[in-house]
Amino acid sequence: MGKYVIKRVLLAAVTLWLVATITFALMNLVPGGPFLSEKTPSEATLKALNEKYGLDQPLIVQYKNYMQKAIQGDFGPSLKQRGRMVKQIITTGFKVSARVGGLSILIAALIGVPLGSVAALNRGKWIDNVIIVFTTSGIAVPSFVVSTVLMLVFSIMLGWLPTYGLSSPLHYIMPVAALALYPTSYIARLMRSSMLEVLGQDYMRTAKAKGLSQFAILFKHALRNAILPIITYLGPLIAYTLTGSFVVEKIFTIPGLGSDFISSIINRDYTLIMGTTIFLAFLLITMNLVVDIAYKIVDPRIKLK
Amino acid sequence: MKRKVALLVSLLLAVSMILSACGGAAKTDMLTVCVGPNPDTIDPALNSSVDGATLIIHGFEGLMTLDKDGVPVPGQAKEYEISDDGTVYTFHLRDNLKWSDGKALTANDFVYSWNRAISPETAADYEYMYEVIDGYDEGSLNVTAPDDKTLVVTLKNAIPYFLELTAFPTFSPVRQDMIDANGEGWAVAPETYIGNGPYKMTEWVPGSHMIYERNKNYWDYKNLGANKIKFVLMEEDTSILNAFQNEEIMFADSMPQDEIDAWRDKPEFNLEGQLGTYYISFNVQKAPLDDARVRKALTLAVDREFICREIGKTGQEPAGAFVATGLSDADPSKEFREVGGNYYDPSGAAYEANLAEAKKLLADAGYPDGKGLPNIEYLYNEGTGHQAIGEALQDMWKKIGVNVNLVSQEWGTFLNTRKNGEYYIARNGWLSDYNDPISMLDMWITDGGNNDAQWSNAQYDELISKVKSSTNPEERFKMMHEAEDIIFDESMLCPIYYYVDLFLLNQKVEGFWSSPLGYKYFMYATVKE
Repeated sequence: MGKYVIKRVLLAAVTLWLVATITFALMNLVPGGPFLSEKTPSEATLKALNEKYGLDQPLIVQYKNYMQKAIQGDFGPSLKQRGRMVKQIITTGFKVSARVGGLSILIAALIGVPLGSVAALNRGKWIDNVIIVFTTSGIAVPSFVVSTVLMLVFSIMLGWLPTYGLSSPLHYIMPVAALALYPTSYIARLMRSSMLEVLGQDYMRTAKAKGLSQFAILFKHALRNAILPIITYLGPLIAYTLTGSFVVEKIFTIPGLGSDFISSIINRDYTLIMGTTIFLAFLLITMNLVVDIAYKIVDPRIKLK
Repeated sequence: MKRKVALLVSLLLAVSMILSACGGAAKTDMLTVCVGPNPDTIDPALNSSVDGATLIIHGFEGLMTLDKDGVPVPGQAKEYEISDDGTVYTFHLRDNLKWSDGKALTANDFVYSWNRAISPETAADYEYMYEVIDGYDEGSLNVTAPDDKTLVVTLKNAIPYFLELTAFPTFSPVRQDMIDANGEGWAVAPETYIGNGPYKMTEWVPGSHMIYERNKNYWDYKNLGANKIKFVLMEEDTSILNAFQNEEIMFADSMPQDEIDAWRDKPEFNLEGQLGTYYISFNVQKAPLDDARVRKALTLAVDREFICREIGKTGQEPAGAFVATGLSDADPSKEFREVGGNYYDPSGAAYEANLAEAKKLLADAGYPDGKGLPNIEYLYNEGTGHQAIGEALQDMWKKIGVNVNLVSQEWGTFLNTRKNGEYYIARNGWLSDYNDPISMLDMWITDGGNNDAQWSNAQYDELISKVKSSTNPEERFKMMHEAEDIIFDESMLCPIYYYVDLFLLNQKVEGFWSSPLGYKYFMYATVKE
């Protein structure tokens, strides 16, 4: 397995390099620049700015300079948020997004898995139908609708919860709920179908015939096998959720990383585009590796090659 | 002498106004407001946004500052003298001026800060604001400090708005030692962000909030309002309105377009004039828009009252000219617009007549009922308001037989396309930087950085250059009116409406004011219990 991990890490480095290179090329292909605004700065100012940030040099030189620094962990200053370093923006934003996102994933897993199992065990009964309706709407309703409705009900109508920020545990309730709804529903549905499949397997019948208790059948045999697809799904989910949601963070004024992904592109904040993209790619690759290892632990039959 | 007396009287008036506003009420501990999302920068030299300016005027103060009526009153300077020819200003600073960390503030701080703002190394958007000062072209301003409390500024020519400029955020003093040690990073951390204004920033969580506390070293400290001001950095209009309704914020600088009708009659709803115009750029280089008659026909065929009423919805004023309402004329009691009048009747009542004239002009240009005209592209950036206006224009122009295709682009691409003149017709807008029409007229000189119309007129260029060097106010304004005449002789742009500034203010807040430039003043504001 050690060999496998080393191979994967090497592969990850190549992937990261590819992602960085493609992003660099694409963002420079898009028209516009970081210093344009409704009031265009004077030619002299534009020239001074381009010189200051090295944007006056040929692209290939810019690319080389960037890569050299990036390898050493220096992602440069943001072109738009003057005086801030990209690394600093990503670290502070990630801490916040990861806290909110981590909570929502935890909740999604804790609710989604039992919900899906209960639905599967009660297939066709009313409780199954209720869960199906709930999870289908959870997947269909976009997060901005959920956030807005939550805010309308709990802040404006009932006056129970604050509308912005993260200054107390109360502040977390709405954004975490809004973020958790989709993965909860998705996990529940995934769990339901996977559980149904497992329940129909021969070894389940064998287990029952052996006279094992309902509890042992469920937890030792059914759940352990049914949970594999969930783990696959959790990998990318964790990477995406920890890096924040543009919509939810905007609506609840959460100083996370989510909005930087979008706003950096709108602003043509080249260094921040590079930084956030590389960071997300890194997280995705890492999570996928973790998932593969988790597979092996849950199902020893799987061979990592 | 007379000026000094006048200054003293106005100062006393200001102070008494403030005192009566406070009315002995207990000091508010924290005033929570939202003036905009996370600012890109709050470095006085680098900022070019209106919400950034609001933050800066709380942390810094120039030689002068603007009062409730937008009139410059003494800030860091207690008095000033102007030479007879109007080109040399001598400012006398107040006694014992200090920075927020207690260090003494001297006239040399201004010399440093102003020169820093124009240096290419700083690369400030607003460096051109200093072009009125002698030495600007050589890169070293003719600004000297004969002693710690005196600042002598020599201008290229006498201009009527220089005092107002000294109140502009870009003209605030900044701390050389902090900038030398931290570079641009000085303006993001409370420890290095040392100011000289009524408040000082003590916390900034990007994308969340900023906290400003009263600056004990400020000369008017004892009259300041709330102990702390919390600027919540919200972005989503619906969330801002929710927070305002919940009384979590006492001030909101924007609201969702579709909520305006419901709020219009409430006492919290405020509309203030703003010095700016929403207009449409024609690319005068591209056929058929290279024909002034076609441009004029398009300009006339717009029902501005409909756009203001049904789309703008916030009391925007249909525009019959380019220079916005609110800007003063040579006689400051009159507006430039009052003197200049409209170039066509922008009212809804005149629409039918305008349409008839537009049709005639098109026929004269060789396109009777629009026959022979190609489909023209109208470019706008994504965003519901701009799209709705584009659709309305498409409909209106169809009435004279002109077919328009709407093209929307994402913000950054849009700016690039428009700047490079790769369009036919594009939405545009301009907010004046200070109360003088030159701030709006200057942009149309040949090859000007914001001359998106790609327009060039030798006579216009000459007039503008004369305006900039003229010392006679009467003559200056006469020439600016003539310059605007040329814009409309050629119909090189199509004004839609004059901007208004909309905000929500909780009724419990007292002592707040806003300026026509859109800046919000909370330093003397308190919350009545």
